[in-house]
Amino acid sequence: MNLWLIPILPLIGFLINGVFGKRLAKPVIDAVAIGSVAASFAYTLWALWSLYPIDAAHHESYFTWFQSGTFQVGVDFFVDRLNAVMLLVVTGVGLLIHIYAIGYMAHEGGYYRFFCYLNLFMFFMLVLVLAQNFLLMFVGWEGVGLCSYLLVGFYFQEKFATDAGNKAFIVNRIGDFGFSLGMLLLVTVFGTLDFFKMSDAAKGHPIETQAGVLTLATLLLLLGATGKSAQVPLYVWLPDAMAGPTPVSALIHAATMVTAGVYMIARSSFLFAHTPITMRVVALIGLLTAVMAASIGITQNDIKKVFAYSTVSQLGYMFLGLGVGAYSASIFHVMTHAFFKALLFLGAGSVIHALSGEQDLRHMGGLRKKLPITCWTLLAASIAISGIPPFSGFFSKDAILAAAFHHGQYGPYLYLIGVLTACVTAFYVFRAFFMAFFGEYRGHAHPHESPLVMTLPLIILAVFSVAGGFISVPKWLAPMFPLAGGDDLNLEIISAVAGALGIAAAYFFYVLRPSAAETFKNKAGAVYTLVNNKYYVDEIYNIAIVKPLLYLSRVVLWHGVDEDGIDRNLVDGAGRRARDLGGALRYLQSGSIRNYATWVLTGCLLVILIIGLAGGVR
Amino acid sequence: MNEINPPQAAEYLRFLPEIILIVAGALLMVLEGVTTTPAQKRRLGYFALAAIAAAMLGGVAANNNSGQAFHRMLTVDGYGTFFRELVLGVGFFCLLSSFEYLRREGAETGEFYALVLFSLVGQCILATANDLLMVFIGLEVSSIASYILAGFLRGDRRNNESALKYFLLGSFATAFLLYGMAWIYGILGSTNIDDIHNVLSGTDRIVPLPLIGMAAALTFVGFAFKVSAAPFQSWAPDVYQGAPAPVSAFLSAGPKAAAFAVFFRVFMTGFGPINGRWVPLVWACALLTMIIGNFAALAQTNVKRLLAYSSIAHAGYILVALTADSQVGMAAMMFYLASYGLMNVGVFAVINHVANRHEKFVHISDFAGLGKREPATAALLTVFVLSLIGVPLTGGFFAKFYVFRAALDSHLIWLTVLGLLNSAVAAYYYLKILAAVYMQEPGEATSTLQPLEPGLRLTIWATALGTLLLGIFPSALIGFVSNSAATVLGKLGP
Repeated sequence: MNLWLIPILPLIGFLINGVFGKRLAKPVIDAVAIGSVAASFAYTLWALWSLYPIDAAHHESYFTWFQSGTFQVGVDFFVDRLNAVMLLVVTGVGLLIHIYAIGYMAHEGGYYRFFCYLNLFMFFMLVLVLAQNFLLMFVGWEGVGLCSYLLVGFYFQEKFATDAGNKAFIVNRIGDFGFSLGMLLLVTVFGTLDFFKMSDAAKGHPIETQAGVLTLATLLLLLGATGKSAQVPLYVWLPDAMAGPTPVSALIHAATMVTAGVYMIARSSFLFAHTPITMRVVALIGLLTAVMAASIGITQNDIKKVFAYSTVSQLGYMFLGLGVGAYSASIFHVMTHAFFKALLFLGAGSVIHALSGEQDLRHMGGLRKKLPITCWTLLAASIAISGIPPFSGFFSKDAILAAAFHHGQYGPYLYLIGVLTACVTAFYVFRAFFMAFFGEYRGHAHPHESPLVMTLPLIILAVFSVAGGFISVPKWLAPMFPLAGGDDLNLEIISAVAGALGIAAAYFFYVLRPSAAETFKNKAGAVYTLVNNKYYVDEIYNIAIVKPLLYLSRVVLWHGVDEDGIDRNLVDGAGRRARDLGGALRYLQSGSIRNYATWVLTGCLLVILIIGLAGGVR
Repeated sequence: MNEINPPQAAEYLRFLPEIILIVAGALLMVLEGVTTTPAQKRRLGYFALAAIAAAMLGGVAANNNSGQAFHRMLTVDGYGTFFRELVLGVGFFCLLSSFEYLRREGAETGEFYALVLFSLVGQCILATANDLLMVFIGLEVSSIASYILAGFLRGDRRNNESALKYFLLGSFATAFLLYGMAWIYGILGSTNIDDIHNVLSGTDRIVPLPLIGMAAALTFVGFAFKVSAAPFQSWAPDVYQGAPAPVSAFLSAGPKAAAFAVFFRVFMTGFGPINGRWVPLVWACALLTMIIGNFAALAQTNVKRLLAYSSIAHAGYILVALTADSQVGMAAMMFYLASYGLMNVGVFAVINHVANRHEKFVHISDFAGLGKREPATAALLTVFVLSLIGVPLTGGFFAKFYVFRAALDSHLIWLTVLGLLNSAVAAYYYLKILAAVYMQEPGEATSTLQPLEPGLRLTIWATALGTLLLGIFPSALIGFVSNSAATVLGKLGP
């Protein structure tokens, strides 16, 4: 088995397009970019097929990356049941989105550059998933962050796009700082970063009911995860990241990269299992994120922003699942979410494409007839995310909520808040759906259905959004993560009804009585303003963190330390001192070799003196 | 030497690289007389390249037959082979990048190529020398050829000054070395490094330690001069600045590596038993070298001179590894010299490219706008410069990492801290180059750039690739050098 082929293939695509892309014709670029990902997907399928049923992890060691004393880091890949799911999602959904991008990006500048970055992203994402130790995973982790930055800022002529790219990058820096500190701490505790060795070593570690070193390490890893997976308090970059092209939003900011944090925590479950305190924090962060993002989603008018907040909110569900120990349910939700959220974004992209770049829901409407395929597939995705059986989202969300319900004495409260949020989710997703496809068209463009190359991925994703719930990931993962709780029909009915209520409310407000929404908005007044401004989180961060930081950097570090301290005193000073030294040495550099020789002689005497002074041998 | 045995065939095999180089060098001198056109001369250059490649293969063959040769005069082991291959590699790429330079200056001759080969012979002998006599012979063979190379363009005043200074001061320093060797022979009755070690660590014979200290001090001066360590560094800036760019590259990487090889071998094995005497000396010398190199470099505007000071600073880092006086330190030194050789040859090749005829453009400001004119060359230059600074993902990072780790392992905390501060200072002057390359508009030098010649292109790409490989996959090399260092130090008694 050659697992390395899986990430290397997209890397080859990246290299070919990166080096020759400027000179290649579009069809060739397509063939290279799509072909490499398709080959990677095919090889993944073949590899998993031959390894099936993967009862034990399959390891491959390539070489020692570096070594320092007894600590060594290898370039090792492996496959077990957990990352098999991730591999399929990343390569499969990735392939569909690549295909879709041919159509979406057809009229954009920087065509080869776009596919180049996209292939590079696939490479890093697959390294992240296949890595057998934290450091190699971190390479992928940083790599996807880099690609995310490059792709968010893809329209680099637009200031908002580069700003969004910077924001994504800087916010992620905070998380990555936590991740790397966590890693360093783990090295000092275990002396290794290998998942399997660490897992064995961790077995002897007691469960930390009081905060201990593992609690700190897992909290730091969690900080990394909140950055990458856009959780409170570091979620703020994701909505802005929608400045990137829509396929990017679908691939990176919905289906794959943002779920890296979930995967990382599930992968390190052997650590988190020892730290109940961290687990509680994970669950709370997840729940808080889910509620907060869902409420903001109601008030957004940009179709991509709506879906962005829904991504944040759904990721919150996944963290809730992790926090209550339902790892398999969370990974299940990662998969179904990849299907329906990629579909939502691609559908939104299709609408935006049809309207020549219009993203504001208020300028849409009545597109049902103009874009029938987009409409129907988006409907499937919307129902899936709303958690209506038997669509895919229902099964995974229900698995998380059921696990939350059975989790300790506060379980039912977690469940209740989760269900309410599910109702809100259904409401705002369908609000967007109805605003776009029902009523009268309110814009000025000439909408047209997208080409087959775009609609085909939509249809395939729609099939998986509808039926993907029957792929029972929790059962598949049962050998690694024992199933939590049985089916509870009552809970299932309650959450299904909650979803249905949300849809009905959206139908009432945005199809039957559009004016009611307006009245409601006005009545809510202050609350609406608060939510519409996203709880002023960006502004609070700006005042509390960014401004002081800028002040510190500009006044203290730049003007104070750098200009006065370093430039004026150290550098210029050193330069001056070096020139003084040069003046002293000028006797030497006068061209007179006698002076040189004198120096050598003086040095020699010094050397003998030092050796003499260092006497008293043995 | 009780009985005189003729050398065995295996002993000649262990000497194979030197034999190949000497034969090829002699042939070149003969052929030089019968070739006239530049095209023919160029063919001589290709022949020299082939000879170096053959010598590298010969080095591998010799290593497969490792052992001592010629009455323990030479030791062919992993350590010696490593340095043989290293100096030969440096020689190969310097020769490759000199073609374009010599053509530009109208100075293509077989003599140049032969001198490079002769200098390499000396360096190869240094790499495997196991006797102070061989050390001396190797040093002289290498140096005399280098003196001529430094002044190769006889019409150029800078070249002449460079060669003369190098020659006079080099001879002066060698005299100290020879004097020290004479003392050692007088005191210990042998010049063999193994014997010196055995006598010094033995207890059966009383050794006059102050006299041995004196002798060690004298040899130290000689070696310190050759590796341009303070306070014997003053020749380096003048010589590197004045010599032709490919020769500067050669001098700063090849002879230096060979000198370090023998420096470490003599001090850590021969003088190993009296390390209490010389370690404090090397400590002070390392610190002084780093400080002088880095701080003097801050004010430089001539790139070649800047790199000369940077080369002094790097010698300081390597001396930190010697101060550590451990197997880890020796391995770190080997890794350091490999990565240093790669990045230095690479960066000089870029300078060679930009410098143009008569080295008109060797100021930092002449690199302005290179990023716009030749993005690929600029990117590779960036790799070299970042590696010189010691940024991760380049060989320079792991080189410094291993050196300072060795220092920490030997509890040299202050030296490590001061060394790291020094390498932070170094970032400033290196980044000045990159700032010119990327943040300034193209000037006269970059506007009149000739297209990158294939030999130079190959040199730059190969060294950049090597620098990155060492930075991303250091473990392959570190495994080899650790084993080699263990063999050198392990065969000695406790």
